[in-house]
Order: sequence, then C-alpha cells, then structure tokens
Amino acid sequence: MSRVVKTGHARPLDLRHGRVELAHGGGGRAMLQLIHELFARHLGNDYLAQGNDGALLPSASGRLVISTDSHVVSPLFFPGGDIGSLAVYGTVNDVAVMGAEPRYLTAGFILEEGFPLADLDRIVASMAEAATRAGVMPVAGDTKVVKQGKGDGVFITTTGVGILPEGLTLSGDRARPGDAVLLSGTIGDHGMAIMSQREHLAFDAPILSDTAPLNGLTAALLATGAELRLMRDPTRGGLAATLNEIAHQSGVGIHLDEAAIPVKPEVEAACELLGLDPLHIANEGKLVAICAAHDAERLLAAMRAHPLGREAALVGRVVEDARHFVQMQTRFGGRRMVDWLAGEQLPRIC
Amino acid sequence: MKYVDEFRDAALAQGIARAIAAEARPGRRYNFMEFCGGHTHAISRYGVADLLPENVRMIHGPGCPVCVLPIGRIDQAIQLALRHGAILCTYADTLRVPASGGLSLMRARARGGDIRMVYAVSDALAIARAHPHKEVVFFAIGFETTTPPTAVAIRQACAEGLANFSVLCCHVLTPPAIMSILESPEVRTLGSVPLDGFIGPAHVSTVIGSRPYEFFAEEYRKPVVIAGFEPLDVMQAILMLVRQVNAGVARVENEFTRAVTREGNTKAQALVAEVFELRRSFEWRGLGEVPYSALKIRTAYAAFDAERRFDLHYTPAPDNKACECGAILRGVKRPLDCKLFGTACAPETPMGACMVSSEGACAAHYTYGRHKDIEVVA
Repeated sequence: MSRVVKTGHARPLDLRHGRVELAHGGGGRAMLQLIHELFARHLGNDYLAQGNDGALLPSASGRLVISTDSHVVSPLFFPGGDIGSLAVYGTVNDVAVMGAEPRYLTAGFILEEGFPLADLDRIVASMAEAATRAGVMPVAGDTKVVKQGKGDGVFITTTGVGILPEGLTLSGDRARPGDAVLLSGTIGDHGMAIMSQREHLAFDAPILSDTAPLNGLTAALLATGAELRLMRDPTRGGLAATLNEIAHQSGVGIHLDEAAIPVKPEVEAACELLGLDPLHIANEGKLVAICAAHDAERLLAAMRAHPLGREAALVGRVVEDARHFVQMQTRFGGRRMVDWLAGEQLPRIC
Repeated sequence: MKYVDEFRDAALAQGIARAIAAEARPGRRYNFMEFCGGHTHAISRYGVADLLPENVRMIHGPGCPVCVLPIGRIDQAIQLALRHGAILCTYADTLRVPASGGLSLMRARARGGDIRMVYAVSDALAIARAHPHKEVVFFAIGFETTTPPTAVAIRQACAEGLANFSVLCCHVLTPPAIMSILESPEVRTLGSVPLDGFIGPAHVSTVIGSRPYEFFAEEYRKPVVIAGFEPLDVMQAILMLVRQVNAGVARVENEFTRAVTREGNTKAQALVAEVFELRRSFEWRGLGEVPYSALKIRTAYAAFDAERRFDLHYTPAPDNKACECGAILRGVKRPLDCKLFGTACAPETPMGACMVSSEGACAAHYTYGRHKDIEVVA
C-alpha cells in the first residue's frame, strides 16, 4: 500500500527518535497524525479508509467464526517474531482451527507514553506483513495511550472474523474413544524462545519462536475430506492444557506416547535447565488434530506435505475414561498423568 | 539430549527392572525412603514405580525445602514485606505456601507487598543495588545445596558495603532430618513405618559428601545409596539397596560417583562455615522442633541477618487441622490418606505445603500419579 495520505500536519512524525505521547491517544490532531502516518501507512486498505466508527463489510455465505485475543508478550521482540506478528497469527489461528477461513481482523492498541515510535513502526510493519501472509485484512482499529509506568510499551488486542463453510463443525466435544491424536510439529518452541531470551540462555543456534499462520495448514487438512473431529492450537498451557480441555469437553481420556512427541533438542535442553516440562510450554504455530483412526495416516500425510507440518506425528489415542485423564507412556517405560499446569509458570508469554 | 538421555534409557531401565524383580525375594517386603524431593519428582514423572515389583515400595521423604518450611517462617517473610515495607525476594515455589490468616506470599503481594520471584540469590543482590533506598530481603530456603550461594551473596554484600541487603535464613540440614526420622516412634518402636534403607540425596551430597551418612549405616543398620536425580540413577540405587538388604549388610554406597565424593565440596563447606553457624533448634513442618537442624547467620555478618535487623521473633503457627502434611513428610501416611487430598487441597489451592512444590509428595502424586487411584463411587 503506497498511497500517501495528506494529513495537513506541519511536520511529519519523527519515526526515528520520536516517542508516544499522551496526545497520540487524545482524539485530537496528534492521534490522527499517528493513525495516518504510522498505522495507515502499513495497514491501509479500502475498509480502513472508510474512516467511520465501524467498518462496513460485504455479506458472505457461510457461518461466522469470531475470536479475540490480547497480547502482552515480554520482550516485545523475540527470536522468530514480535508482538505484531504474534497478535495477527494468534487470532488467525484461533479462527483457522475452528475450520473457518480467516478474512478480517481488528486491532486495539494500548500504548505507553514514552514508547519509541520506531519500535511501534516496526511492530505495525510486522503486523502488516503477517496479515498479508495470512491473507486477512485489518478493517478496524483503536489506539489508547496510558501514562508512563501504567503499561509496558504496547499491548495489542486483535479480533478475527472467518467464514465457516456450511456442514462443517469442529468442536472440542467431538473426540470419541478410538480416535487418533495428531500433532503438527515440535512443541515448546515459542515459550522457550521467549524464556531463553529472558533468562539470557545462549545456545549454538538460538531457539526460534514457531509463530506462524495455521490457516494454510488447516485448509490443506480440510481438503482431504477426512473425518476430522476437531483442531486446536496449543498456546498457553501447552499441549498438556489443550488435551486436558479436550478430554473434559468430550468426556473421554487420552493416552499419549512420549516417544512420539517431537521436541527440538535445544528446547528440551532449555526446559531441562529451567526445570520446565515441554508439554506445558506455549506454541504459536502448531495444531492438534483429532480424527477417526482410519483417517490418521491420510491426515498425517497431508500435514507432512505442508511446510508447517513436516514433523507432524501421531502422538496418542482417545480412550474411554470416566475421570477424563490424560495419561502418557513415558520414554522411560512407565506411565504417568499429564495434568494442567498449576499456577503461573511462564507469565507474559503471548 | 547429550549427557542426559543416557540416564533415561528405556532399554537399560528394563534391564535393571528385571534384575530388581529377580533379586527381590518373593516372601519379603522392601520399603525404601527416597529422602529428596528431587527423587520423588523423578520417580513420579518417569513412572519409575511402574517398573518395580509389587513388594518393593518407595516412601517419600521430607527432602523438599518448601514442604518442610513451617507456617511461622512464611509469616515472618510476609511481615517483612507488609509491615516493614521491604522488597522480599524468594524462589517461586515459596510464593504459594499457605501462611497464617489465609495469607501466602502471593496473596501478600496482591495486598501491596513488594514480593519478587528470583531464580538465584544473585538476582536479589542486583535488586538491592538497583534500589539503594529500599530494604531488600532474600528469603533463603533450602538444604545444603542452596546454602553456599547464599553464603557467597552475604560475603559479596559485605564486600560491596550493600547496606540495604539482608537474608531471612531458613537453610536446613539433611543429616539431622534423617536422624529425626530414624528416631521417630513410628520407625523405632511402633514399627508403623517399616524402613529398610534410604536413597541418599544427589545434589546435597555433592556438597556434604557421602561421609555424613556413614553414621546411619553403622548406628541404625540402615543401608544408604546416594543416587543422582535421573530415573536410571534411582533404579540402580533401588537395585543396590535390594542387594544390601538381601546380604544383610548396611553400608553407604555411592551410585552418583560422577558428582559425589566421600568428602564433598570442601571449599563450599568452608564458605558455609564462615558465614553460618548451627541453630540450637529449628521447627520443621512435619518433624517439629529438630535440634541443630538449621543454620543462622554468624555474628560477624549480623548486619545482613534480617531476623536481627528487623527484630523478628519466631511464633509457631499450627497447620490446618485436617492437613496430613506432617505425617506424610515422616512417611507415616500417603497423600491419599489425607481427607483434603484432591478435594479442598489441589495444586491451585494448596492447603498444605506438600501440595505446593512439585517436589512435594502430594503435588507429585496429584500431578503424575492420580491415574493409579481407584475411583471412589459416590
């Protein structure tokens, strides 16, 4: 988007040394300038350009899926991504794993007074790039500025809207005993990328966040026509939380095979060092799919054929269990429960 | 993972499991206590108990620093933050331990206390440097493993003249705790806790060495095998204990030779001796008052002793009446024997300390072992 918006401001925003000021959220000319020269420059499109209190969108055939997510990650820039791309993919993925095609996105920014405009510019540019990659259009937005010390740089809330074809229902209560549990790749990459940054853990190769849009992968899986029960993206709380949620929603148990769950060696090493369990660590570009057992191989092949699913694996089975436990055969040869994470282990991860 | 996977090898584990099954005599029961929470956690997380024959039972010991911390000590820490306005720095697990008046450090934080989680005592020093006009207290807990770093921090603060830094010292000692268990009526006279041997601590022993356990082997005729925290270490130690019991001997053996020597880390021991001295007595949750079982800061470093600096006095506070942490820490009861387990007391809402730390017997069973419990039909 290269259209230059004439703002009529005497001097352009200083995107190199300037900082967010309270006036940038005050509803006056300064706010307009920030919107025009920073947000619209990266994200602008015809819907945003409508300039009304709400975006007017064309009607669409199919049911709507809406999801919203707030992002407070610290640090704002991390290996493999930043809060901008995370805010786009986080919401796109929630819509995509419902089986819907993500179309539109809204974004609310809470900026802290004094935040460098150069960083904000980088973040919004990254959002624009992420939106293009995911094929979604940012159609509405909001900016508020809080006093210094009352925020932490920038918080971003995004809401995504997607279209779900008639006849398709994926839901957490549809897992049935005998179903297969598929995982699209290695776990723990995002959480450990952030933790290793925070804890200054140095590895030969830095751990990269897996932040990525999953709608291409979900579309490929749906195209197989396989009997998919549900998909989920295991973010906060990791694979363990996602599977426990599914077990409770569906009233079933789940048996995992630890040896089948892919974990990058550097992620495993970092977890070991910090006393964490990869099963509890957040992911931002992985999905869990539960399907009828007879379709497991077909779906696995479709996952592996997609760049984001090369390391996909069949990691477990749904079983009958009135207690709705998730259990795991350990690599060591024993068996244990896989429980929800207790308490707050990794704050500000997404 | 290099240097770690070797100690988690399933095929080797099966081999040791077969040896234990072959050598454990059918007509006999083998009851071993793993002293350390680190071992409790490894046994639960890797499912080690599934690889043991029915007549070999592991009893969880009191070696979980958070679990044995009595309520009165948490109360002192809360007092420092809320009444004295100090920045209180502590390890994460301590934050959730229930204290008096429905408080915990976490809840005290919600009431305005400046309570911060740190990964190491050096983080607390950094906070003290950054806030020269605030009192910064490090709430020091742990066995012999965490004591040397605290000693280093106190010496460092002294050398820097860091006048706003002090330590609430709750460091405890392993051998007196083992002694307290061996001297308890359940083990000595009642026989309600049958104990055939101990798995000795891993990290603690790297500091104190294997020599302190020799007394227990000789005096109490209990075999001790010092073992690392990896699941294969634990399996190997159990096999070594079975062999000692079968042979009718009681020796200290060292499975963890890759890190533990007989004398331990003498440099660390000297550091600790320079900064700390024995307390005449210290209250443990579960074990009660145990003589000479904890450390206090020597007079030479009195300026860094939060108890002296803030004139703190210790007031014991009773546990919740229904909480069985005390009996569980002594090996007298198992988590399931507690009425609160899994009902009022769960990892999110711990009533007792054993449910707080991942090394606690209750938390380990709740998190990793509940699938073994028989469903109670209401």
